[in-house]
Amino acid sequence: MNKNKWIGERTIRPDGADKVTGRASFAADTTMPGMIWGSVLRSPHPHASIVNIDITKAASLPGVKAIVTAKDIVDFPFDTPAPLGIQDMRWMTRNVMAREKALFHGHPVAAVAATSEEIAAEACKLIEVNYEVLPWVIELEEAIKPNAPILHNILEFDGKPSNIAGTLEHKKGDIELGFQEADTIIERSFTTRPVHQGYIEPHACLVSVTADGKATIWSSSQGQFMVRAMTSMLTGIPQSDIRAIPAEIGGGFGGKTIIYLEPIATVLAQKSGHPVKMVMSREDVMRATGPTSGSMSKVKIGAKKDGTIVSVQGTFYLQAGCLPGSPIRGAAGCAFAPYDIPNVHSLGYDVVSNRSKVAAYRAPGAPIGAFAVESVLDEIAEEIGMDPLALRLKNAAREGTKAAHGPVYPRMGYAETLEAAIEHPHNKVALGNLQGRGVASGFWFNAGGESSAQVNVTEDGNVVVTTGHPDVGGSRASIANITAELLGIDYQRVSVLIGDTATIGYSNLTGGSRVLFASGMAVTDSTEKVIKSLRERAAIIWDIDPDAVTWEEGEARPAGANAGMFEPLSLEDIADRATETGGPIGAGAQLNTAGAEGGFATHICDVEVDIELGIVRILRYTSFQDVGRAVHPSYVEGQMQGGVAQGIGWALNEEYIYNKDGIVDNPGFLDYRMPVCSDLPMLDTVMIEIPNPKHPQGVRGVGEVPLVPPLAAIRNAIYNALGIRFYSLPMSPPVVLEALDISQAAE
Amino acid sequence: MAKMHVSTTINGEPEEFLCEPNETMLDVLRDRLNLTGSKEGCGSGDCGACSIMLNDTLVCSCLMLGAEAEGAEIKTIEGMADGLSLHPLQQKFLESAALQCGICTPGMLVAAKALLDENPDPTETEVRFWLAGNLCRCTGYDKIVRAVLDTAEEIRGKA
Repeated sequence: MNKNKWIGERTIRPDGADKVTGRASFAADTTMPGMIWGSVLRSPHPHASIVNIDITKAASLPGVKAIVTAKDIVDFPFDTPAPLGIQDMRWMTRNVMAREKALFHGHPVAAVAATSEEIAAEACKLIEVNYEVLPWVIELEEAIKPNAPILHNILEFDGKPSNIAGTLEHKKGDIELGFQEADTIIERSFTTRPVHQGYIEPHACLVSVTADGKATIWSSSQGQFMVRAMTSMLTGIPQSDIRAIPAEIGGGFGGKTIIYLEPIATVLAQKSGHPVKMVMSREDVMRATGPTSGSMSKVKIGAKKDGTIVSVQGTFYLQAGCLPGSPIRGAAGCAFAPYDIPNVHSLGYDVVSNRSKVAAYRAPGAPIGAFAVESVLDEIAEEIGMDPLALRLKNAAREGTKAAHGPVYPRMGYAETLEAAIEHPHNKVALGNLQGRGVASGFWFNAGGESSAQVNVTEDGNVVVTTGHPDVGGSRASIANITAELLGIDYQRVSVLIGDTATIGYSNLTGGSRVLFASGMAVTDSTEKVIKSLRERAAIIWDIDPDAVTWEEGEARPAGANAGMFEPLSLEDIADRATETGGPIGAGAQLNTAGAEGGFATHICDVEVDIELGIVRILRYTSFQDVGRAVHPSYVEGQMQGGVAQGIGWALNEEYIYNKDGIVDNPGFLDYRMPVCSDLPMLDTVMIEIPNPKHPQGVRGVGEVPLVPPLAAIRNAIYNALGIRFYSLPMSPPVVLEALDISQAAE
Repeated sequence: MAKMHVSTTINGEPEEFLCEPNETMLDVLRDRLNLTGSKEGCGSGDCGACSIMLNDTLVCSCLMLGAEAEGAEIKTIEGMADGLSLHPLQQKFLESAALQCGICTPGMLVAAKALLDENPDPTETEVRFWLAGNLCRCTGYDKIVRAVLDTAEEIRGKA
């Protein structure tokens, strides 16, 4: 049966049967003969010089096979930038293993491989580290004070050692002139807390190094090529001698775009001669991986009486953790991006402090910027007496708008998300006592970049597609849909696999909402080459010109009456005669893709506040998003719903609680409270399909922008319910209760 | 410490193993019996990824000792399908895209089956509170809850 309409179908994912039966192999599920276990010794101090490490006692414990400290990991000196993609190996080497100093509580200081996990952990306790404890600083506002303890003397700001590691600025027009035109100007300050990506699968890896020096790494990451490159740089093993095999990944959300364990396990495997497995505990994950930045922001918006926004200014301080690299580009760049504003000044500061180094988290930085901007817009709307959606629509960026962060937008659907929200039944549901409605919008850049694919026709006329991207949420299903569509065959005849670094060409990370955009292009290019080959094979069989052969509905046909009268040849027919027509049929592509184009979303949220308990309950939530083309609608909806749920957690509950000793007091799922099933209602989605003009299927990244609007949408809804405006996250029960008390006292 | 000898039944088959007295059932399943379908997300009973049935009671296997399996009937995700024939919940999870990364899926399915075995006609609220011990960070739970409700309706229709 041929069905030439797979794009847009809710097909069953190729990896599904394994995942519902427990057979799918995640990183911690892999074992090898002779395997031993690695364990990490972590710093008990938030900031301390490492004077000396004595491993003698640990090394003599029976069962211990190898010990690693920073001297076994390749150094990248502090004063020489060593960029790798958006990371810098100066920071990565110091994040993987503390070098001169331990920079946060939980920072790896040494690691042991032993015949059991218990012995490895016991040996870690026998390693004697002589620390010189240093003054430390955890909170952002403390870290930028003039007398704050300095983490890295080499980092300077205004000519002095500073915890401000860098800045980023976008300018358009003249904001001062712009504010002079405004009838209303509102300026507000905001804070958000660091939150963890919260993937359920802790980081894990298994590494084997053989006698010929070749390493094989099984690990859970958002990019096997990133694992290979970083491990190579941190161990000195050439990339060609490292095979990084992507395990199924149990959630990443950006947090698995860097490595933690792989180089340590590789060196332990080299030293011990055994395959080494390492698995983080949840506590390790919470103390030493991720999170995303906490922030302090100030946003000023000027508008005319008719709602025209004339000038905006935003300043965003983002917490990088202990090493530079907070997502100031996302905060400063995305904050005003949904709007056509003549005068914009947006400035970001990257600030280090003694916390774990931040990692990417779904639209990194953008939710922080949007929280501030979309909150102030709500106040502008109230001040001038305009519906908040109408205010946004009046100022919406459209095709041809030049954004302050650079690009001129092509055809895109931000205004359509607003129009759909205005008309949607959700926007008209009557609200009761202590209930409120809030709206907010958001933008994310999306990304293109390098992707490879290989499409092979099997001897029996079916298809195997290999791409280079870990599948975090159904991308294999979407690739199957695209391939089946192009070839005109049933999607069940297409198998989709994820190659390892030895079996597929370089492919950049699963991140930036880029996978289906970029790999879709690589798969399309490969499949079109295969179709060209199939036409050529048919031409040979029929002895006519290849141009006289078309490929339609899964078969080669004569292009017209002039081509001659031939019975169509199916994929099976041509595969069956491949040997006589030129050999194996297959094609690959290695592309550096461009044209990803941004993603836009608008959310409506209804809340009800329990004023006895301070609990904010989400009553209704609808997200409207320009999704480009929903190749697999269920997984697009899934991205929208998942992003919203994470946003609800960020807005209402999630935060790290540090004690007076600079140590996280809630490093587990009980006290770091992510949304559970009973916290949420159904999360409604409206997919608006404005095809990306720069993609063969119209694909636009969909994964990240859903996390951008929720923080402000919820905050604005709480205002609508209570008449209280919050300027800090999370709006957790104690915070809400306190605000209610103050509000009542004022009355 | 001397290892303990445990005789139990796992997914209907008699099973024997040796374990440390302080070894969790989850570690026994994963590291000794190669039943890696049960996942460790937290090790503290907060995420539910290691959910199994112990004598028809839903438990977190990370909070249970291997030694406690003595004489018990254990069921894991690996025993949910009948050979290559999926349980209706497994099939519905696939059709409904009720999983993204899939790490919570085994525990979610074990917990959902326990619910439907006990309550074939749950309300949405009952499903949400029953599954409140199973964390999922990918889906926002929407498609999971729908899949469980749809499966319940389908099973009732057949009964």
